[in-house]
Amino acid sequence: MPEPGLTLERVTIRRGGRALVEISDHVAPGEVLTVMGPSGSGKSTLLSYIIGTLDPAFDAKGRVVLNDDDITDLAPEQRHVGILFQDELLFPHLSVGENLAFGLRASIRCRVERGRQIDAALDDIGLGGFCDRDPETLSGGQKARVALMRMLLSGPKALLLDEPFSRLDTERRDQVRSLVFDQARAKGLPVLLVTHDHADAEAAGGRVHRLG
Amino acid sequence: MRKTGPSGTASRNRRGVSESCNTSSARARFLPWAPLLTLGIMVGPVVAGLLGTVAPAFGYMPALGGDGINLDAFVMLFDWPGITRASTLSVTTGIASTALSLLLVALICAAWSGSRAFRIIERMLSPLLSVPHAAAAFGLAFLIAPSGWIARATSPWFTGWDRPPDLLILQDPYGLSLIAGLVVKEVPFLLLMTLAALTQIRTKQARDTALALGYAPATAWFKTVFPRIYAQIRLPVFAVLAFSMTVVDVSLILGPTTPPTLAVQILRWMNDPDLSQRFLASAAALWQLALVIGALILWRLGEIGVGHLGRRWVASGSRGGATRSFKAVSLTAAILSASAIVFGILGLLVWSFAGFWSFPDLLPGAFTAKTWMRHAMNLWPIITETLIIASVATLVALLLTIACLEAEERHGLRPGSRALWLLYVPLIVPQIAFLTGLQTLAIYTGIDGNRTAVIAMHVIFVLPYVFLSLADPFRAWDARYGHVARALGANCDGVLWRVRLPMLLRPILTAAAVGFAVSIGQFLPTLLAGAGRVQTLTTEAVALASGGDRRVISVYALSQTAVALLPFALALFVPAIVWRNRKGLRHA
Repeated sequence: MPEPGLTLERVTIRRGGRALVEISDHVAPGEVLTVMGPSGSGKSTLLSYIIGTLDPAFDAKGRVVLNDDDITDLAPEQRHVGILFQDELLFPHLSVGENLAFGLRASIRCRVERGRQIDAALDDIGLGGFCDRDPETLSGGQKARVALMRMLLSGPKALLLDEPFSRLDTERRDQVRSLVFDQARAKGLPVLLVTHDHADAEAAGGRVHRLG
Repeated sequence: MRKTGPSGTASRNRRGVSESCNTSSARARFLPWAPLLTLGIMVGPVVAGLLGTVAPAFGYMPALGGDGINLDAFVMLFDWPGITRASTLSVTTGIASTALSLLLVALICAAWSGSRAFRIIERMLSPLLSVPHAAAAFGLAFLIAPSGWIARATSPWFTGWDRPPDLLILQDPYGLSLIAGLVVKEVPFLLLMTLAALTQIRTKQARDTALALGYAPATAWFKTVFPRIYAQIRLPVFAVLAFSMTVVDVSLILGPTTPPTLAVQILRWMNDPDLSQRFLASAAALWQLALVIGALILWRLGEIGVGHLGRRWVASGSRGGATRSFKAVSLTAAILSASAIVFGILGLLVWSFAGFWSFPDLLPGAFTAKTWMRHAMNLWPIITETLIIASVATLVALLLTIACLEAEERHGLRPGSRALWLLYVPLIVPQIAFLTGLQTLAIYTGIDGNRTAVIAMHVIFVLPYVFLSLADPFRAWDARYGHVARALGANCDGVLWRVRLPMLLRPILTAAAVGFAVSIGQFLPTLLAGAGRVQTLTTEAVALASGGDRRVISVYALSQTAVALLPFALALFVPAIVWRNRKGLRHA
């Protein structure tokens, strides 16, 4: 029976025989599962396993199922799993608008339509008119919003967050945090949040899985 | 470029893109073979060339009627009256110039690393490095010759000369001017290698600890930093030693003549219309290789000896001192070495526009563009040929390097330290030893004497430099950009072309400029692979050396320098213009 959401089936990641991560869980659409653990406990490793960029030095077992599709063996670009890192990682050689265009699904072919969607997306995050700006000239909070929107435009079916708020100051952190969670809920995306910050876990409001 | 955020994440994920990139396109099938192909291109010709040298050296060369195996060529070689002198010259000039260059570089780093003066030195490196050996040698020659700038500047008020003195300064029998010419070019190279090593090792802590224990700065550097740095730059030092012992173009300009250094004599025998001299040339090339191997072993023994003494010195606990004189001596040496090139080039410029210029006037009586105008017509096709060869060789080297580095990323084909040795093979095995054999082989295959053969030869020598220049920035790129791009739907090729290469524009152009300069400077490969029919600025400039017309030589040497410098200027300005609105890439 089809079950929407992100399912981790008996996922075990080992390195040199030592098990780093063991998790078996299901994240429903719109739900946030928080994975907590000290640094080095394998939180980020779990995320790179889910997006498909795990270092071959690790040995992973288990399945990743997204909306009833087994994506375990797909290439990263075919998984439709979006990820936000602690650093925004906006491509420094592209403008703000070009960064968003990089994310925007290629199935929208018409140039005018693409431009319109990017302008609308910039308006959505309160950055109207920022299209031609150099991403490096943006503030931390603005960059975080562009990174979020770039990912959302790629039409992800699930959302992974790798401590994405830890570099922001307290005020911005609340702002960006609620923006991310509101968008995920509105779009009905399952969210996996990795953090060592209890405030993040509380704001997420969902279940907490502890590692290490 | 942005530095990696949390250090662990990036390095752990560095090779993460692999495995998932195995698509079935032709390019994807080629990529895993790129490292092997590249090694083949670099090492294959060296091995083939050496075989092509060994066979005729022992008398086997059916094309020229040699079908037995004998030692006749070696008997002839050791009967040649100049053999002792030529061999000694090769060893003494090679070891002396390498030791001097290394000493100079160590002194500069010991006394100045971390200071503002050091950063100025760093900035001067690229242009100094890109000046071709031949042009630098001509520049130096015009400075130190009896009628050169130094003599003019000090005459007659200091020297009392009112005409050029009858002194054998250039091409002196001991090879001193040859050593000087090599040192001024090898110092920038070794310094660059040392700088790269310095960034890999955390040297500041060790040095600061020693300072806190009361050691003088230079002593602290020699006792704590130098041993680790030397381990890192050993291969470049070996390359410098092998190069200095066997260099041909610099030796033709600055080296002794009767007899010349062994490498020059081998070239003479190679070019002898009497083809049977090829046997002699091959035997001599093999002997030259033996001398280089011997010198490398000697150097290695020297390392052990110096290391032994060094350990005793460290254990003695002497704190050293004389910081000020250390700084003064090393800075003077650095300035002397750099100005030998700078004023040399300036001298070429003045000579190329000189009208009548009598001794001891510091400047010509009149300036004229006559020499330039007269040679413009001849110059253009040669410049074009030089540019074509350098562009194609650099492009091939760049593509192979990027393919290797990308294969390393996608398929985890990371070279071990032994593979790094292979990269140095074309730089350590003397050119004269295997190019001689390659040309002999070319007689059979009939592929010599055209542009393609020259380009193929240049790729062998351009590749290692392009690889060494690009590998570190390519590997240091934050792999998470790639992960984000793939999560956004880009495939492996998309990540490479749309994200990684554009972000690495500056280091790629710098590597290309290095490759370009290396190609421009190649003398022996151009001459031998081109069979004298392919003319580049370097072969033409060196060919003019014996004629002694300073104005014409200057025109060619300057053109050669300009062509080598141009790509460095482009590597500097293109990213600055393309990324003028991209702050994040300004220092990439």
